[in-house]
Amino acid sequence: MKRLILWTPLVVFVLFLIVFAVGIKKPEGRIISSHMIGKPLPRFALEPGMAAQPGLASIDFRDGTPKLLNVFASWCVPCVAEAPQLMQLKQAGATIEAVAIRDRPEDITDFLKRYGNPYQRIGSDPTSSLQIALGSSGVPETFVIDGKGFIRHQHIGDIRPENVPELLAELEKAR
Amino acid sequence: MIAEAGLAALWLAAALAALQLVLGAVGIREARQDMLAAVRPVAVVQALLTLLAFALLIVLFLRVDLSVALVAANDHSAKPWLYRFAGAWGNHEGSMLMWVTILAVAGAAVALLERRLEQRTLIATLAAQAAIGLGFYAFLLFASNPFERLDPAPPEGQGLNPLLQDPGLAFHPPTLYIGYVGLSVAFSFAVGALVARDVGSAFARAMRPWVLAAWIMLTLGITAGSYWAYYELGWGGWWFWDPVENASLMPWLAATALLHSVTVLATRDGLRAWTVMLAVVAFSMSMVGTFLVRSGILTSVHAFAVDPRRGSFILALLAIYIGGALALFAARVGTVREGSRFDPVSREGALVINNLLLTAILGIVLVGTLYPLMAESLSGEKLSVGAPYFNAAAGPLALILMATMAIGPLLRWRRDELRTLASRIVLPLLLTGLALFAVMQLAPGIPILPLLGLTFAAGVAAASIAPLWKRNLRRTPLFTWGMVLAHLGVAVSVAGMASESAFTKEHLIAAKVGETTRIGPYSLRFDAVEPITGPNWTAIEGTVTATRGNALFRLNPQVRTFWSPPTETNEAAIRTVFDGQLYVVLGRSDDQGRWQLRMWWKPFVTLIWAGGAMIALGGALALLGRLRRERRAVERETWA
Repeated sequence: MKRLILWTPLVVFVLFLIVFAVGIKKPEGRIISSHMIGKPLPRFALEPGMAAQPGLASIDFRDGTPKLLNVFASWCVPCVAEAPQLMQLKQAGATIEAVAIRDRPEDITDFLKRYGNPYQRIGSDPTSSLQIALGSSGVPETFVIDGKGFIRHQHIGDIRPENVPELLAELEKAR
Repeated sequence: MIAEAGLAALWLAAALAALQLVLGAVGIREARQDMLAAVRPVAVVQALLTLLAFALLIVLFLRVDLSVALVAANDHSAKPWLYRFAGAWGNHEGSMLMWVTILAVAGAAVALLERRLEQRTLIATLAAQAAIGLGFYAFLLFASNPFERLDPAPPEGQGLNPLLQDPGLAFHPPTLYIGYVGLSVAFSFAVGALVARDVGSAFARAMRPWVLAAWIMLTLGITAGSYWAYYELGWGGWWFWDPVENASLMPWLAATALLHSVTVLATRDGLRAWTVMLAVVAFSMSMVGTFLVRSGILTSVHAFAVDPRRGSFILALLAIYIGGALALFAARVGTVREGSRFDPVSREGALVINNLLLTAILGIVLVGTLYPLMAESLSGEKLSVGAPYFNAAAGPLALILMATMAIGPLLRWRRDELRTLASRIVLPLLLTGLALFAVMQLAPGIPILPLLGLTFAAGVAAASIAPLWKRNLRRTPLFTWGMVLAHLGVAVSVAGMASESAFTKEHLIAAKVGETTRIGPYSLRFDAVEPITGPNWTAIEGTVTATRGNALFRLNPQVRTFWSPPTETNEAAIRTVFDGQLYVVLGRSDDQGRWQLRMWWKPFVTLIWAGGAMIALGGALALLGRLRRERRAVERETWA
C-alpha cells in the first residue's frame, strides 16, 4: 500500500504531462472564435478609400451573393504577406470588399499598385469605428458575409496559403 | 568572431557537462577515486565557459553587433546603454542562456563550497546538476541559438519592447532566475541523496543554505516584479494572477514549504521522504514555470516567444527530469528509514500544518493556472481563471497559514502542552481581538477577507516578536532574528494587501486644464498638458498639482511614444507619502480639450513590498546565521 502511494506523484505528473502535450500539439485550437458570428453587419456607409474605386456600405452586402470583407491598411506589414492569397481568392471567384483602417488615399493607391488589387470596393475607416463595431482587434482580418449581410466567419490575422481553401469553403457554406 | 567564440564556449561547456555526468555516474558505480576527484574541477570549468558565453553575448549587445540575429531583433543603437546591457536577457534566447549560466554557476558553487557532505552524495549531486545542464545546453544549441548570424546585417536593430525599457528589467529577471535555477541545487541534492541513500539531517544541513539563498532571490524577484507591474503597466494593481506571475509564485510556495521542512529534517531528523519530495517539486515548479513562459502555451502579457517546437523541447526535458526524479523517488524512498517521530502538538506538528497548507495553496494556484489549458484540451472551450477564484480559494487557506505561523514558533520541538502554550499566546491573541474591534469600529462595512487580513496581520506581528520575549537579545542566534523579521514581514505585507484592497479610492474623470477634483485626502488640480522628448521617445506629459493641508507637490504622468518599435506606454506618476500612495495615469484626449485622468489613492499599499523586502532580509539574516554556525562546526571538527 505504502509503495503504491509513493508512485502517485509520478502518476499525477504524467497526467499533467498529457494535458501539456495535448495543449501544445493543437495550434488550431488557439483560434479565438468570434462573438460576431451569426450577427448582422453593423449599418455603415464609408467614403471611398481612393478615387478609382467606389466606397463601401452595409447595403452592398445584401445582394444575395456571399462576399469576403477584408480589413487592411497600407501601413500593415502582414497585409503585404497576405496580398498573394487575396489575389488567389479573387481568381477563385470570390468577391472581396475592403475596409482600409486609418489610411490615406495616396498610400492605398501605392500599396495596391505594388501588391495587386483584389478589391471590388474600398471603404475608408479613418477612426477605426467600423473596425471596432465589427469586433475586429487588428489588421488584417477577414470576414465571410452571406448574401443577407450576416457575418458567418471571422479570420484573425493574415491569410496564409493553407487558409485559402478554408475561406473558399466558408464562402460556399454561406451560399 | 565574438559570436563564434561564444558558440564554441557553449559547445565546450555542454561537452564538459556530459563529461561531468559520465565521470560522476561511472565513478560512483565503480568506486573509482580518480574519476570522483575529477568531477569538481570539471564542474568549475564548465561554469567558467558558460559565463564566458554569456559575457560575450552581453558584449555583442553593448556593441550593437547587428550581424547577430538576436541582437538585430532586440537591440537598437539609440538605446541607452543600460537597456542594451539588459537587452541581452530581455528575449527568449538570451534569457535561456542566462538560465543555463546560473545553473552551471550554481553547480560550480556547490563543487567549490560544499565541504560537509559525504563525497558520494556530493558527486551524485554534481552529476545530477550536470544532467539538468545537458538538457538545457541541448535546448540552447539546437532550438534557441543566441549566437546565430544574420546575413546581410540590417542597418539598424529592431529595438526592445519599450515596456521593458525600465531599470527594473535590468534586475528583475536575473533575480528571479537565480531563485528559479538556484532551486536546481536542492533538486540535485535530493537526487544525489536518493542515489547515495543518504537522506538524513547532515544532508538537510548541507542543503539548507542553498534553499535559503534561492528562496531569498525568489522573494526579492517576486516583490520587485510585483512593484514593476504596479508602476509600469499603469493599471494600478500589484498582482494579476497572470500565468507568468503564478509561474514564479509556485516555486516560491514550494521553496517556502521546503525551507520549513528542511529545518525539521536538520534539527529533528523528521519528515525525510517529504523533504526530498518537496526539493524535487520546488525545482519542478521552476521548470514548469519556464515551460509555461517559454512555450507560449498559456496566453499572458509576458509571453514573447510563441514557438510550439521550443515548447515541445522543454516539455520533453520536463518529462525526463521531473519524471525521472519522481520515479527515482518512488523506487528509492521506501528504503529511506523513517525519521524520528513527534507529537502532534509540537513545533514539528505546526511545521507539518504549514507544509500542508502551503502545498494546498500551491495546488490551488497550479490548478487555476492550468485549468484553461485542461478545459481547452478536453472540450475546446476558451476560458480564463481570474482573481475571484484565486482569492476565494487561496485567501482562507492563507489566513489559516498565518494563524499557524503565529503559533508555530512559540511551540517547543518534539512535544508541547496546550496549557503552557496558552500562556505564551495570550498576549498576541488579545492584540488580535483588539485589532478586530478597532478595524470594525474605524471601517464599518469592510469586506470579510481584508478585515481578517488586517486582524491576523496584527496578531502575527505580535506573535512573531514573541520568540524574542525574555531572551537575552545579544545571545539570540542570528537565524532566530531572521525568522522573526521574515514572519513580521509577512504580517506587514498582508496588512498592506488588506488595506489596499479595502480602502483604495479610484476615480476616472475627463478633465479640462484648470479643473480640480478630490481623491482620498488630496485635492488635485490639472494644470497643463505639454509635449516633451526623451532619449528615444516623445511624450505627452500632464502636470497635476496635489494639495493636502499644507503639503503641496506636483505629479507628471506621461504617455510615451517610442519609435522603434512604434509603441505607446503609460508612465504613471506615483507619489509615496507616509500613509499611502497617490497614483495618477494620463489617458487619451477627446480632441476637445478634455483628457482622461485616472487616479488612485492607495492607503498603505507600500507595506506590501516593504513586507516582501523584510521577508527577504529575514531570509538573508537566517542564511548568515546558519553559515556562521556551520563554519564554527567545521572548525571544531578540524580541531578535534
